[in-house]
Amino acid sequence: MTPIVRPVTVPSFWNDTGKSGVAAWIFSTDHKRIGLLYLYSVLAFFLVGMTLGGLLRIELMAPGRTIVGPQTYNALFTVHGVVMIFLFIIPAFPGAFGNMVMPIQIGARDVAFPRLNLLSWWLYVLGATIIIVSLFTGDGPPDTGWTFYLPFSERTGTNVSLAVFGVFIVGFSSILTGINFVTTIHQLRAEGMSWGRLPLFVWSLYATAWVQILATPILGITLVLIIAERLLGTGLFDPGRGGDPLMYQHLFWIYSHPAVYIMILPAMGAITEIIPVFSRKPIFGYKMIAFSSIAIASAGSLVWGHHMFTSGMSDRAILIFSFLTFVVAIPSAIKVFNWVSTLYKGSISLEAPMLFALSFILLFSIGGLTGLILGAAATNIHVHDTHFVVGHFHYVMFGGAGFAFFGAMHYWLPKFYGRRYAEKPALAAWVLMFIGFNITYFSMMLLGVKGMPRRYYDYLPEFAPLNLVSTVGSWILISGVILLLINLFRGLWKGEPIGNNPWGGATLEWTIPSPPPTENFDADPVVTHGPYDFRKTGMP
Amino acid sequence: MAAEQNEQHIVSYGKLIAVWAVLLALTSLTVWISRLHLGVNRVWGSLAIASCKGGLVIAFFMHMRYEGRLLRWVLFVTLATLSIFIGVTFFDVLYR
Ligand code: HEM
Ligand SMILES: [Cu+2]
Repeated sequence: MTPIVRPVTVPSFWNDTGKSGVAAWIFSTDHKRIGLLYLYSVLAFFLVGMTLGGLLRIELMAPGRTIVGPQTYNALFTVHGVVMIFLFIIPAFPGAFGNMVMPIQIGARDVAFPRLNLLSWWLYVLGATIIIVSLFTGDGPPDTGWTFYLPFSERTGTNVSLAVFGVFIVGFSSILTGINFVTTIHQLRAEGMSWGRLPLFVWSLYATAWVQILATPILGITLVLIIAERLLGTGLFDPGRGGDPLMYQHLFWIYSHPAVYIMILPAMGAITEIIPVFSRKPIFGYKMIAFSSIAIASAGSLVWGHHMFTSGMSDRAILIFSFLTFVVAIPSAIKVFNWVSTLYKGSISLEAPMLFALSFILLFSIGGLTGLILGAAATNIHVHDTHFVVGHFHYVMFGGAGFAFFGAMHYWLPKFYGRRYAEKPALAAWVLMFIGFNITYFSMMLLGVKGMPRRYYDYLPEFAPLNLVSTVGSWILISGVILLLINLFRGLWKGEPIGNNPWGGATLEWTIPSPPPTENFDADPVVTHGPYDFRKTGMP
Repeated sequence: MAAEQNEQHIVSYGKLIAVWAVLLALTSLTVWISRLHLGVNRVWGSLAIASCKGGLVIAFFMHMRYEGRLLRWVLFVTLATLSIFIGVTFFDVLYR
């Protein structure tokens, strides 16, 4: 077996158990190794999804057929959506950084159920494999969109059943992570780590974990019902047989809107760690940020109907869902105001993690505010199912969660490799990504306002100029991502060694060696100060 | 706590049979109610009876009556979430 080489030669979780073969990784119950397994898996799928997204943009570069026909285009956006949502952004934060960082931040040696943790990664791999198999077997890859709306997903001849089954399995992996994190945060906090001293990243994972536990089973049931419709012809959602297609949309969005919070809450948590450290100032409004995570998770579970304003839902329901959607904007805005207040009069240092954090605030705010345009029942009618929606959700999921993920990679990965990336290329990558991102997706929002629908491989000639702009933007964006990954991983394997606390953070992960030993702490830590009390870190 | 968890609570046959009899009686009640001309109230009536039956099954057959407070809470949160989801869906279904 090829041993996996490790970046730094001090004793650490890379080598201190004496086991470093492939088996010692894929069967490891160490939360740091499982976190890295998750990191590499979700990154691999991100690259797949990014390639598919690039192909979508190339097809839309000019009117008419550019590289693929309509059927292939339908498959491309479906697989792009499924991969990005279920295999990248939902598992990304809890699976990778939740696993790697959270136990250390609360002063624990591992999660509460290490073997369940390993099982959750294996279920993810199994589900992902089934999804991949579904693309190359049966009568072609699914062409339904990532939402699998019935009755179309029942009638299409493509391989929907198998793909849906794969997503079903991935759902279990998410539930297991949620159960594990709730238990860990309740049971394994170190002495002195009261709820009021929990790092806000942990608070955000806690809120996320409850959403994973309570909402994911509903996705599971919904997916099983799709398979039942296809294989048994139950007719639950098929109007031709007395079924109710709107009921499918309810079930799907009861999970899939809260799923947006599985993506964004831990991303916000990571941002909340980065901003005070790079402003050299305690976080402003600790309690309100912790509270707003819980508020977003609970209120956000009651807004799913805003995806159905044009579907023929009752007017009363439209009114209520529209109102509730506006309510969720309040805790989200609380967070934004608290981040900005933390920056105020801070000693701001613009290194890579901070740049991603600052751009997160802007891009997420654009995503959130355009969300209100969609959440208002009246304006929604005009932009529903247009490229405005595509622009909006990329601002939230990519400009928000995605940028936070890249920021978190620059912030935390040096801790786990003991080495760091070069700063200048990281800045260049950020500039490319930020510019490319806005060109790509702002153009899409403009196109949507002009009326260009989503999920079509072709469009009217008047939409051509902005589509070309958007496609060129996607090239800038993608080159930024590639530069970022090359620079980051080169640095992690070969870069300058770092000390225990390169950024001057005050949370527990910065008190132990980089990379950490398998047991994390020599002696059980006793926590005596809050997570943003920088007086004790000995940094300028 | 640990000792409490390992302890198996044995429910006597008599009690189980009694619960079963009550369940059967409630089932007949459901059938009876469905024959009455009560309009919308019939649905609420059936739902109420079904909830009682579910409660009995959970309390006795699933031993929730003998479990610690934490498990009861977990069950409560789950059921509450489910009923909220179903309840909010009714804003659409009832007024469409
Ligand atoms: C590399 C950058 C990316 C590019 C160039 C890209 C491009 C696109 C385009 C052009 C569409 C619209 C297809 C259409 O409606 O006709 C789309 C849809 C979508 N994208 Fe992306 N995207 C990228 C990254 C992401 C990321 C990071 C995520 C999520 C984290 C994501 C999630 C989605 C979803 C969920 C859809 C909807 C699929 C559907 O309609 O079923 N994308 N993307
Ligand atoms: Cu939503």
